[in-house]
Amino acid sequence: MTFSDGVKGGLPIGLGYFAVSFSFGIAGSKLLSWPLVTFISMTNLTSAGQFAGLQIMADAAGTFIEMAIATFFINLRYSLMAISLSQKVAPNFGTFKRLLLATGITDEIYAVAMGQKSKVNALYFLGLMVLPYIGWSSGTLCGGVCGEILPPMVTNALGVALYGMFVAIVVPPMKHSRPTFIAVAIAIALSLMFKYVPALSGVSVGFAIIICAVLASLVCAFLFPVHDKHVATKPEAS
Amino acid sequence: MDLKTYFLYLAVMSGVTYLLRAIPFILLKGEITSPFWKSFLAYIPYTVLSAMTVPAIFYATDNIISGVLALVTAVIASLLGRGLVVVAAIACITVLAADSAMLVM
Repeated sequence: MTFSDGVKGGLPIGLGYFAVSFSFGIAGSKLLSWPLVTFISMTNLTSAGQFAGLQIMADAAGTFIEMAIATFFINLRYSLMAISLSQKVAPNFGTFKRLLLATGITDEIYAVAMGQKSKVNALYFLGLMVLPYIGWSSGTLCGGVCGEILPPMVTNALGVALYGMFVAIVVPPMKHSRPTFIAVAIAIALSLMFKYVPALSGVSVGFAIIICAVLASLVCAFLFPVHDKHVATKPEAS
Repeated sequence: MDLKTYFLYLAVMSGVTYLLRAIPFILLKGEITSPFWKSFLAYIPYTVLSAMTVPAIFYATDNIISGVLALVTAVIASLLGRGLVVVAAIACITVLAADSAMLVM
C-alpha cells in the first residue's frame, strides 16, 4: 500500500470533483471574485457545506452563528466517518499525521479508504487525497474565472449545474428507498413553507436549511431507523 | 461583502469543518452504535441537498420558468439513470433553451 496506489485510487474521485467544483465556482462567481471562491474550496473540501456557506454569505441577514450551526449539521457526518476511519488506519498513522490529513475525510475518499483490505497507512491516504484536492480546487478556480468572463446568459445556464448534480445525488436513492423518499419530501415541504408562508419567510436561508434538514432527518430516523453497518458513506459529491 | 466579513465567514466555516473531521479522528473512540443517530446522519445529506435545491433552483436563473423546467428535466434524467455530470448538463441546456425561446417570443 504505497503513495502511488493512493494516487491511482484518487484519480476518478478527482475527475468527479473537478466537475462539481466547477459548478461551485460558477455559483460563487456571482458573489465573490475568483480567488476568494477558490480559497473556500481549498480550505473546506466539502460540497454541500460550502454551498450552504455561500448561500449564507449571500444572504444579507446571515450571521456567523448561523454559519457555524449550518456547517456543523451539514458536515457532522464527517465525524462519523472519522470515527470509523480511526479504527481502519495503521498503528503508525499517528496523531500529528491525522491532524494534517483529517481534511481528506470526504464521502468518496472515506469510501475508498474503507474499501481497502489492509489497514490504511498515512502515505496511501495522502496519495488518495492529492488528486481529489487538486481537482476540487482547480475546478473551482476554472468555474470562478469562467463565471467572470462568460456572458450572463451562459453563466445563468451553468448556474443550475450544481442543483442538477444535487438532483442526481438525491433522486436515485429516493427511487429505491421509501424512507429516503419520505425524508426528502418532508425536507422539501418544509423548505417551501419557509419560502412561501409569510410568517416563516423572515427566517434566514441558513437557518431554514438547518431546520428543514434536521427535522426531516429526525422524523425519519425515528420512523425508519437504518440498519446499515456503515452509514452515510456515499451520498453527496464531496 | 467586504474582505473582513468574507474571512470571518471563511474562518467559521473551515474551522468547524476541520474540527468535525480532526477531533473524532484523533480521539479513537468506538463507533456510534445508536441506530437512531446513525440513521439521522444517514438522512442528513439528502435532506440538506433537497432543502437547498427547492425552491432555490426556481430563482437561480433570470426567469422562474427556466428554473422550474431545469428541475423537471433534471429529475427525469436522474429517474432514467443518468449520472451526475449528464444530469447537470441537461439542466444547463434546459435553461439555455428556455431563455433563448423566451428571447425570441
